[in-house]
Amino acid sequence: MSAVVELEAVSRTFPGSPPVEAVKEAYLTIDDGDYVAIVGPSGSGKSTLLHILGCLDAPTAGRYRLLGRDVGELSDGLRTALRGTEIGFVFQAFHLLSYRTALENVMTGLVYNRTPRRDRRRQAREALERVGLGHRLDFTPRQLSGGERQRVAIARAIAPKPSLLLCDEPTGNLDSKTTASILDLFDELRTDGLTLVVITHESAVSGRAERQVDMTDGILIEEAS
Amino acid sequence: MSEQVKPITHRIVRSRLLIRDLIAEAVAGMLARPGRTVLTILGTVLGVAALVATLGLAKTAGNQIVTRFDALAATSVSVSNRTEGFFFSPSREDVSVIPWDAEDRITRLNGVVAAGTMTLVDTEGELMSSVPINDPLGQTRYAVDVIAASPGLFDAVIADLGTGRFFDSGHDLRREPVAILGPAAAARLNINRVDQQPAIFIGDNTLAVMGILDDVARETSLLQSIIIPNGTARELFGTGAPAEVHIRTEVGAAYLIGEQAPIALSPNEPEKLRVRVPPEPRAVRSGVESDVNTLFLVLGGVALLVGAIGIANVTLVSVLERVGEIGLRRAVGAARRHIASQFLVESAAMGFVGGVIGASAGVLVVVAVSANRQWTPVLDVQVPLLAPFAGAIVGLVAGLYPSWRASRLEPVDALRGGT
Repeated sequence: MSAVVELEAVSRTFPGSPPVEAVKEAYLTIDDGDYVAIVGPSGSGKSTLLHILGCLDAPTAGRYRLLGRDVGELSDGLRTALRGTEIGFVFQAFHLLSYRTALENVMTGLVYNRTPRRDRRRQAREALERVGLGHRLDFTPRQLSGGERQRVAIARAIAPKPSLLLCDEPTGNLDSKTTASILDLFDELRTDGLTLVVITHESAVSGRAERQVDMTDGILIEEAS
Repeated sequence: MSEQVKPITHRIVRSRLLIRDLIAEAVAGMLARPGRTVLTILGTVLGVAALVATLGLAKTAGNQIVTRFDALAATSVSVSNRTEGFFFSPSREDVSVIPWDAEDRITRLNGVVAAGTMTLVDTEGELMSSVPINDPLGQTRYAVDVIAASPGLFDAVIADLGTGRFFDSGHDLRREPVAILGPAAAARLNINRVDQQPAIFIGDNTLAVMGILDDVARETSLLQSIIIPNGTARELFGTGAPAEVHIRTEVGAAYLIGEQAPIALSPNEPEKLRVRVPPEPRAVRSGVESDVNTLFLVLGGVALLVGAIGIANVTLVSVLERVGEIGLRRAVGAARRHIASQFLVESAAMGFVGGVIGASAGVLVVVAVSANRQWTPVLDVQVPLLAPFAGAIVGLVAGLYPSWRASRLEPVDALRGGT
């Protein structure tokens, strides 16, 4: 088994009085093809953990290895490059550009990571077809439903063919029916071999994952499956 | 499953943003909120339009003033002896290099409308009167300048006759004792009509008054003088040589005549003559321009500054509004410099578009004002061509701070914001 993510005694402390230790000495290994749900109440530090996993934030202590590479040793510019090629993000708030079509939104995920210009449109269309939106290429987010918007965001995340897909409360803004269809999509992506990490506080979401990690007050506890 | 893993053993390749992509992103950002973009651009439009219109109107007005000025002053040329003070009568023949036939020599030149010599006559202190008696009770004798003139002088200085007639070349050749009075001289000598052939007395000489001037456009010293023919002056007072030549040219010929006249008058020693030509029109024009320019360029600059502040303001607001977009771009691999350059190009592009619209508006203003005043619109070609780039620079400078702010945002903080 080869690990995509290896956390060794990772901590993240925010300065202040008193300092807030959002993540405390976390150990976590995520293998290729894993589907991991990180569950916890709000304020438990799971968003901070996701930011560290996504190279958006750096741990204050411990070691984080992504694909065998120690992220702590990388410069800001290289961590940025790593995000662009190896990590896909799906956010609760979608973060779509409201004035661009679905296709253009997916293509923004390919602008910065050296995907050749001529390949971007094709790759973006394939990603949109993968999430079942092949018929909505020229729709702007305003014209799409909530579930469709989240599918566009997922397409944007998977278009660069990342090694790791990080989802931060991906169904937080969706009703239960739409949530179910998004979770079905995650299952399909999982079957395709994508490594998935989903942060959630909904048991309906975490129940679909094969591994569940509980997070309470910054402490990680993996539940026996 | 393990064979699918691709550990990063190779070098991580840095993020990149192609120029084409940068421009596409910036243009899309501009078009995302067209209404706001138009309002943002408005300040630059006004500033650039003010600058272009100012430069154009100054040049147009300057050109117009010179054209009017030409009509009277730019056709006047005078030649005098360099060695002597201006308007000085040489008593010896060899001092002046201006010959007595100067009028003939000059009128032969192409472009000359009229020419005549003018010389202050040395009357050796004789006083003038219109009555041949000494009245012990009242003053009847006055000191009045006597000027010897060739017949063409009256036309050359644009003299209007009040009554009587001018003397002609016949009077000159026959050295007849005749005189024309300037209106001021006539009043002093108590002569106001010539139909009874009044006489004036200069010492022992008697001169018949032929006419009285009404006005003179140039050389107003003639207004208070007694004017006699050259021949008469030589006969009665032994005047040696003409002191100066006045020339009226056709419009535009003044500079050419100014060069030719000394050679025509004194082929051997043209350098001994001093020529007065009207001021260079270009000098007058630039003088007018600089007057108008300094005032309005300051106004245009202020307008442009206001435009720049407008762009800076809106770009800053836009950065704060688009925090989510910035966070997302950082998440998908945009480096800080990519974020900064996107906002910089956006503000520079807004400045450029503002410059294009402003330059067009400025040119329209120049044309409209010119049409209204029936002027000829004049504008340097470079001005409207360079204006858009001035606008782009304004936008670029205005975008510096907002772009820097945008690039400093931490992605984690940026993503926490909405949209």
